[in-house]
Order: sequence, then C-alpha cells, then structure tokens
Amino acid sequence: MRIELKKRENMSALFSVLSPFIALGLTLIAGVILFVSLGKDPVSALYSFFIEPLTEVWSLHELAIKAAPLILIAVGLSVCYRSNNWNIGAEGQFIIGAMAGSVLPVVFHGWESPLMLPLMLICAMIGGAAYAAIPAFLKARLNTNEILTSLMLVYVAQLLLDWTVRGPWRNPEGFNFPETRNFADNAILPRIIETGKTHWGFGFALIAALVLWFIMRRTLKGFEISVLGQSARAGRFAGFSDKKMVYFAFLISGALAGLAGISEVSGAIGQLRPVISPGYGFTAIIVAFLGRLNPLGIVAAGLILALTYLGGEAAQISIGITDKVTRLFQGLLLFFVLGCDTLIHYRIRLVFGSAQKGSAT
Amino acid sequence: MKKTLLLLAAATALAGISAPASAAGMDKVKACFIYVGPVGDFGWSYQHDQGRLYAEEKLGDKLETAYLESVPEGADSERAIERFARSGCNIIFTTSFGYMDPTNKVAKDFPDVKFEHATGYKTDHPNVATYDSKFFQGRYVIGQIAAKVSEAGMAGYIASFPIPEVVQGINSFMLGAQSINPDFKLKVVWVNTWFDPGKEADAAKALLDQGVDILTQHTDSTAPMQVAAERGAHAFGQASDMIAFGPETQLTSIIDDWGPYYVERISAVLDGTWEQSRTWAGMAEGHVVMAPYTNMPDDVKAMAEETQAKITSGEFHPFTGPIMKQDGSEWLADGVVAEDGELAGLNFYVKGIDDQLPQ
Repeated sequence: MRIELKKRENMSALFSVLSPFIALGLTLIAGVILFVSLGKDPVSALYSFFIEPLTEVWSLHELAIKAAPLILIAVGLSVCYRSNNWNIGAEGQFIIGAMAGSVLPVVFHGWESPLMLPLMLICAMIGGAAYAAIPAFLKARLNTNEILTSLMLVYVAQLLLDWTVRGPWRNPEGFNFPETRNFADNAILPRIIETGKTHWGFGFALIAALVLWFIMRRTLKGFEISVLGQSARAGRFAGFSDKKMVYFAFLISGALAGLAGISEVSGAIGQLRPVISPGYGFTAIIVAFLGRLNPLGIVAAGLILALTYLGGEAAQISIGITDKVTRLFQGLLLFFVLGCDTLIHYRIRLVFGSAQKGSAT
Repeated sequence: MKKTLLLLAAATALAGISAPASAAGMDKVKACFIYVGPVGDFGWSYQHDQGRLYAEEKLGDKLETAYLESVPEGADSERAIERFARSGCNIIFTTSFGYMDPTNKVAKDFPDVKFEHATGYKTDHPNVATYDSKFFQGRYVIGQIAAKVSEAGMAGYIASFPIPEVVQGINSFMLGAQSINPDFKLKVVWVNTWFDPGKEADAAKALLDQGVDILTQHTDSTAPMQVAAERGAHAFGQASDMIAFGPETQLTSIIDDWGPYYVERISAVLDGTWEQSRTWAGMAEGHVVMAPYTNMPDDVKAMAEETQAKITSGEFHPFTGPIMKQDGSEWLADGVVAEDGELAGLNFYVKGIDDQLPQ
C-alpha cells in the first residue's frame, strides 16, 4: 500500500481562504491538549504565546525587529522559488552581506562621513548578491544542483566569519574575545521612530515586499518569473531565457539577504560576532512558504513566526514551561498550516496492491 | 494617553511607598537567569541552574526565580534580558560571555534593576557587576594527576575558543603536569563551540587515535567522557560532576559551584547592600570545587588533595615563576606570581606546549 497526493482539479476557493484559520484553530486545540497534559493552565499559556507580546509597545517593536530579517530574506527567496531556483543558502548570503557591509565600520573605524551608512548598505547588497552569484553561475554554466552548492556555501560563510572575527578583525581592546569593535554612531542603522527600537531594517523589509509584489503581479518580469518557474521549456518558446532568470533570481535574493545581514548587524547587534544569525536564512524558507510565496503574505508570515518566538519566551517566563515545549508548539503551528494547505490543494489517495512490489520478501 | 497617565500616577504612588523600603532592603526578590545552553547540558548551563535552585532552597519564600534557556547570543539575548527587566525581575544573571554588550545596553534603560554578567569585562553602568571563577586553579591539580596517571606521558585537550579563560586553563594544566613530568606532552584540539556533543566526540576520538590516554575538556557536554569510557582511557569532567557518564573513567572533575555566589548577591539585594563589583573567586571561596578523586592510586590522590589544599589556603598559586613563554623568553621570574589583570588578558602559551595558539 502507498499514499498518493493528487492535485485537486477544482480547489475550493472558500477553503483556500479559510485554511490558515483552520490551521490556527487546530493549533489551539493541540495546544490545549499539550498544556493540559503538562499540568499547565492552557488559557494563560495560549495567552502568553499569542496575546501577551502584542499588549505592550516595546514588545511590538521587538516583534518588528525579529520579523525584519525573516521578511527581507523570504521575499527574495520567493522570487527564487517561484522561478524554480532552489536557493537554500540565504543564511550564507546573509553572513557575507553583513561582512561586506562591515568592512567600512570595522576596518576604517573612525571614518566620520555621512556616506558611511549608505555605502555600508550598498556593500552588503553587493556582497550578498556576489555570494549568491556563485551557485547561480554553477547552475547556469555547469548545470550543478543549486540546492547542494548554495547550502554548502553557508558553511563556508559561517567559517569565514568565525575566522575573520577571531583573527584580522578582532577588537584590539577586547581582551582577545572574538568580536569586532562596536560600530561608531554613524554606522548604526537609525530607528524608524525615536521612541521605539525598531530600526530601518523593518522599513526595508516592507519596501522590498511591496516592490516585489508589484513586480510579480503587474510587470512582464513577474510573468516571466512564473512562466519559467512552471515550465522552462514553455518559457523558452515565449523568448524568455532561463539562464538569465537563474542569475536574476539568485542576485535579487542574495542582495536582499545581504541587506538583511547588515541591517541586523548594524541595527540590532552593533558589532560582528562569530555568530550573528540564529538561523534566519533557514527560518526564512519556512516563512516564504508560509506566505505562499506571495510577498505580502510573507510579511504576515514573518510577523506570525516572530510572534511565536516572542510568545515562546513569554510562556517560558510566565508559566515556566521549557524551551523544548515552546519549540514543539512552534512546530505544531507550522505542521497544521502546511498540512491544511496541502490537503486543500491535494487529494490523498490510498493505492493498494501497486505494480511496484518490494524486492525483499 | 489616559492610560499612560494613570500608569504614571500609579507608578509614582508605588515609588513613593517603596522608595524608603528599597534603601533598607526588600521583603522579596525576583531573580532571573539567562542561559546560553539547555539546562540539561550537564555542563555550564546546568551548573548555573543548580546555583539557581540552591539559592531558592536557601532563601525560601523570600526569593522567586525565572529562567530562559538556550538564548542565542546577539539580538535575541537583548530582547530576553529586556523582557526580564520589564517583568519585575530585581536582579538578572546573564551567564554567557556573548551577553556582555546586550546586558550593558539594557542596564542603561533600567537603572533600578541589578545586572550580573558572567565572564565579561564591561561594567558600563553602576547597576552592572561581573563575576567569574578561577577555573585554572583546578586545571593545575588535574595537570598533576594527568602526569602521574598517564602511561603515554601525553594528554589530549579539547578546547573551545582561544579566549583568555581557556588559555589560562591550558597553561595551568601544562604547568601542573610539568611539575611532575618535565617532558609531558599536550595535544590541543580547538572545536570552536561550547556545546556540541558531536564535534566534541569527534575531537576526543581524534586525540585518542593520536595516542593520548587522558582527555580533558573545556567544553560543556559529556561526550568526551563517554568516548573515553568506550576506549578505556581516563578523562576529567568539566563544569559538573560527570562520574555517572564514566564511572571507571573520570579521575575528578572541576565543578563550577555558583550557588554561594548567587545566594550572596541575591541576599545583598534583599538587604539593600548590593553594589557593583567584579568578582573573580576560586577554591578559597568555594566557587571552584573538585569532584571526588576516583580511579587513581592512593598516592596520586594524596598529592592532588595536598595541592588543592595549598591552592585553597593561598599558599600556592599555579602561575608562580619561573615560567617561560612558549618561545623560550621569560614570562615570570623566580617567585613572581602573575597578577589577575595580566591573566585576564592571557594570550600566549607557556613553554612545552606543542600547538600554535590560534590568533
């Protein structure tokens, strides 16, 4: 016996809209069961997960800070995935972008110029895009599998950052601890509003989402992205170049990941450290699919995922559950969202007595 | 707006009531802890959590605690610290080096909350204190044991990051070993992590393959102990007593005992006597404790106990000259004892270590 997923011919528009709400409902039910079986009050647990982080202004700012890199990376990835380019290496592009953007504030420490910040942002985007160009080149020229090459380049980037921060860029006044100097004030990404901590990284994320949404929906380029994504052969008949699309998708997503990297380093951390990302580049893959590869959907998905992180911390403190339970709960949420989407788009069929019998008896 | 005003009014009213009380102390303290690893790592974070539980036991209902585990260093830790500061914590212990800047940043905005940062050096604001332990004292003792017990005359050292604390440990271990066997050899593997059982196990296997018969580690998992147990070698535990993971293997373990420090500092908040300080305590204060000496002959055990007693009483300091640097130049002249400030920035090996310190 085996299980087959078959695409539904006419998918229910109503359920397609309801899907996220059904998923949320199922998550809440599963959450109640989970917390009751742990002997915790489910109402206060769910309250601290989903509501408490939204009740205070400082917490909303933290939500925006946490969501910013996720959204920025994920909207770039949506271009890749829609055009059938599987860039798994956004984490590496994030790191290289952050490093490229940090050359000015670290190596040329003390350079007082209003150009500092704009140049940092540009360097970061170039750095991220250049790093993404490696798997793009390998795919377009040699037909290598971009999933493998982009993923492996993540580890290269992580080790390069690690080495740089311990070696040449180490803070000379830092007692040999592996971190760079703190960025000077003119190299710190400013806050959007003075009263809260949200930095411009969140602004960049919203702008990028709007621009890419417009490109995908309203321009020929957007049409080209989806045609080549669905069928490269059909795209070629229409006169589109799938090789150029490989570069386009990788460069865009690399540049946005690089921008996310420098925004995080300059806006939130203030220096380079051996580890600057708790896996944003990988989490953003989930965010991209949670937002159904639609840039505006991704904004919502990024905020929701950020909420579960903040809520997880709130729940750890207020009701004393462990880190493991909060991660399990996060996993439940993602499982139901993706599960509902899949079941609405596909029909499950059990196939008995298939032609392919196992070779072993 | 109205709500804000109301809150403000309420806050001033509360402040009016509690201000005289805070000068004289408090009736109840909320202490909060942030850990870099899981509390179940049986190493660094586990020991900090043991310290928290010890404080709860000692101070009873005068203390309420909360903790966050596996908090990544960087932007996440700043948020976690701020959340604690806003949720009514009176004193917050941030227990990893990477929390240094976030701790100081949050401390600036919350002058009434006390912040205690482990293993850092920045105290930018009057409400920030630092604390650390002289683990190198224990390293000297285990160096001596290694030189006595090892048949190969060679030990393997699984090191995390080339920061002063770790370099102190390697040097102290080697000086202890050389005091018994001047030709003792030490192989160092850098794993660039505090906690990664897989990497630590790989490093342990690689070292044993190179012929060492004793392992010591400056990482937090029990993996090296377990590998040593499988291979029939000996090993020293780290941070906690790891005897359960190598009953026939562990010689002793350098235990971090944070409990007394936590009780002392939380009590100071209760009394209203908390002040900024930079604590670097060791065996004498009970912060560095040796697990029972096991799996070794009685004379080695006696020697270890004697050294431990001398270090505890202050009669002996592991970094006492004459000590040469790795390149053969003199570091400490005969009888000179290294100063704490110098050790805090230590970035070179002593003579006899056959490894290049990553720079």
